[in-house]
Amino acid sequence: MNKTAFLGALTVTGLAAGAAAAATLDDVRDRGTLNCGVSTGLTGFSAPDANGNWEGFDVAVCRAVAAAVLEDPEAVEFVPTTGQTRFTALASGEIDLLARNTTWTFSRDNDLKFEFVGVNYYDGQGFMVPKELGVTSAKDLGGATVCIQTGTTTELNLADFFRTNNMEYEPVPIETNAEAQQQYLADACDVYTTDASGLAATRASFENPGDHVILPEIISKEPLGPLVRHGDNEWGDIARWTLNALIAAEEYGVTSANIEELSQGTQNPEVNRLLGTEGNLGEMIGLDAEWAKRAIMAGGNYGELFERYLGESTPVGLARGLNAQWTDGGLLYAPPFR
Amino acid sequence: MASTVDASSRQGFKLSQLIYDTRYRSLTIQAIAMALLVLFLSWLVSNTVQNLSDLGKDFDFGFLGQRAGYDINQTLIPYTSGSSHARAAIVGILNTLLVAFLGCILATIVGVIAGVLRLSKNWLVARLMTVYVEGFRNVPLLLWIIAIFAMMTEATPQPRDFREGGTASMWLWDSVAVSNRGVYIPAPVWGPGSTALIIVFVLSIAAIIGFRRYAFRRQEATGVLLPILPVSLALFFLPSILAYFVLGGPVSLAYPELGGFNFQGGLHMRNSLIALWLALSLYTGAFIAEIVRGGILSVAKGQSEAAFALGLRPSRTMNLVILPQAMRVIIPPLISQYLNLTKNSSLAIAVGYMDARSTLGGITINQTGRELEGMLLLGLFYLVLSLIISGAMNVFNARMKLKER
Repeated sequence: MNKTAFLGALTVTGLAAGAAAAATLDDVRDRGTLNCGVSTGLTGFSAPDANGNWEGFDVAVCRAVAAAVLEDPEAVEFVPTTGQTRFTALASGEIDLLARNTTWTFSRDNDLKFEFVGVNYYDGQGFMVPKELGVTSAKDLGGATVCIQTGTTTELNLADFFRTNNMEYEPVPIETNAEAQQQYLADACDVYTTDASGLAATRASFENPGDHVILPEIISKEPLGPLVRHGDNEWGDIARWTLNALIAAEEYGVTSANIEELSQGTQNPEVNRLLGTEGNLGEMIGLDAEWAKRAIMAGGNYGELFERYLGESTPVGLARGLNAQWTDGGLLYAPPFR
Repeated sequence: MASTVDASSRQGFKLSQLIYDTRYRSLTIQAIAMALLVLFLSWLVSNTVQNLSDLGKDFDFGFLGQRAGYDINQTLIPYTSGSSHARAAIVGILNTLLVAFLGCILATIVGVIAGVLRLSKNWLVARLMTVYVEGFRNVPLLLWIIAIFAMMTEATPQPRDFREGGTASMWLWDSVAVSNRGVYIPAPVWGPGSTALIIVFVLSIAAIIGFRRYAFRRQEATGVLLPILPVSLALFFLPSILAYFVLGGPVSLAYPELGGFNFQGGLHMRNSLIALWLALSLYTGAFIAEIVRGGILSVAKGQSEAAFALGLRPSRTMNLVILPQAMRVIIPPLISQYLNLTKNSSLAIAVGYMDARSTLGGITINQTGRELEGMLLLGLFYLVLSLIISGAMNVFNARMKLKER
């Protein structure tokens, strides 16, 4: 009898271990929703609107992937994560994709065993201070109290910056952007430091944004991008090429307004391949022919998303800068759809 | 007994006896339960190993030796961002011990006072204590931590308000600054000769303990009471003060002064520490108050009536009759409250207090991706700490319990 129980348990063990390694794409299809990790709230990147619907630049990546895979941009389960919980959530399989202004670094890619599928925002770390302090340079911040989100690359950059400039500082560790905002506005810290885009987004939600300045120094490179787990290259490819499709669509002038018309067939074979009227790119990636078309229709191409959530007409008010297409002197460069 | 075994062995052993024979049944059940437990544990281990290998991760504590790279605001030992993750973990552990130690002391004081006062015949005092106990006991600790922290940061002035012409001023002859970044108090500066002063102080404490023992023994033997309190006070103050002046004032105070963005000098008690400490103490104090009240109520009323009949004053009745008997009821649940407080201190991250959970279990795990190793170490730390506390309290309990002869 004991032998039977032992064999039975062995079987269960084998099954459970086997199930853990199944393909993410199948899991997502079976579930019918994409579990997407986002921030706990950062205006412009990922924040719930007045009706509780998540929206923002990172959220749009989740919706595009859901549209490509599940044919429904709304079929996303958003999982708010903090700087500390995000990697555990992804590694444990709680989320399928993490789109939470996360910096691509060597150790995250290799030591933490994640796969960054690209860069959706080229950023750098900056400092924000109240205007009345009269500080004009980050080099004047010796002795200051600095609010910093824990578990981020900015935390390490901050330590390095003050160390190399031989300055003392007092870190105030904070879990979320909302907490940091509250601490900063209560003057519990003199300075708030995070990615410059995050500073602009945070400042946009202040009552008097004009009372705060973002110092000119950018002390790091922060390429922010979506990421997936190591070990499932098919799923990583889907996320990577969905992002590339959004970027390529802007380059080729495919917008949410003209996409229906263009998908009738155009003179440009690259657009045709992107939209699935020519070739079999969709089949190669394990999806149907119109996957990229749906991803672009979910919210528009990269440029449209940028304008809607971060651009100069929004409260965040960011210029394209490094995030312009390579044809306009920026760094965005989608590999060919061929 | 022997004959029955002989009888059954003569008939031969049947497999069904394992279930139907009461001599073997309990053994059978234990063997099956053990086998299931071992299977479950081995499944957990193999599942973990399998998942780790699926993720391409190994199990390695080498990360503890790597450079941490992050700064910690409150460090009881020297630490920089260039130190190792192991040292960052120790810094966090010391911060946990600090807040747990401070919390246990304050919680005991608050709890004993509130517990005794709740039994007061004064209607207002007793009701106020009821409100305190029920209010803190029935609201989650996390809310109290955040509430106290929010009060500290929102309601207190910022450092630059202390400038001349500002709206805020320091307390106690310009020695204590209460700001939204914490409380700055004067810090002692240990000059040459301060070691001698400390030795004198320790010796005078030892003398007080020795004198009290002598006084008690003398009272037991002869019934003569010695003046304990005045002698103790004199022993406490006189030698240290004399030594201070003889040695030429080796210890001075460094006052906090406003410089640059913040106060410089003095001792900085950060709001995160204060909020966590107060919230833990007040929360646990409410439970201790109920334990103390229950302990006092457990002593039969006849005990105090008998003491009064013998002519003992109320304070002596409390100290000599009620409390010794109440203590044996109070101490065991008190141990578990101390354990609770220590483990609850892991809520520190809510206010950015850098305890073991925030350094080893937070930033280090996040930067190195060693969730399993970090969490195992963290669990081990809390386990060892709890066992030490409960071991020490058990020794104390053994000494305090009624000596039955």
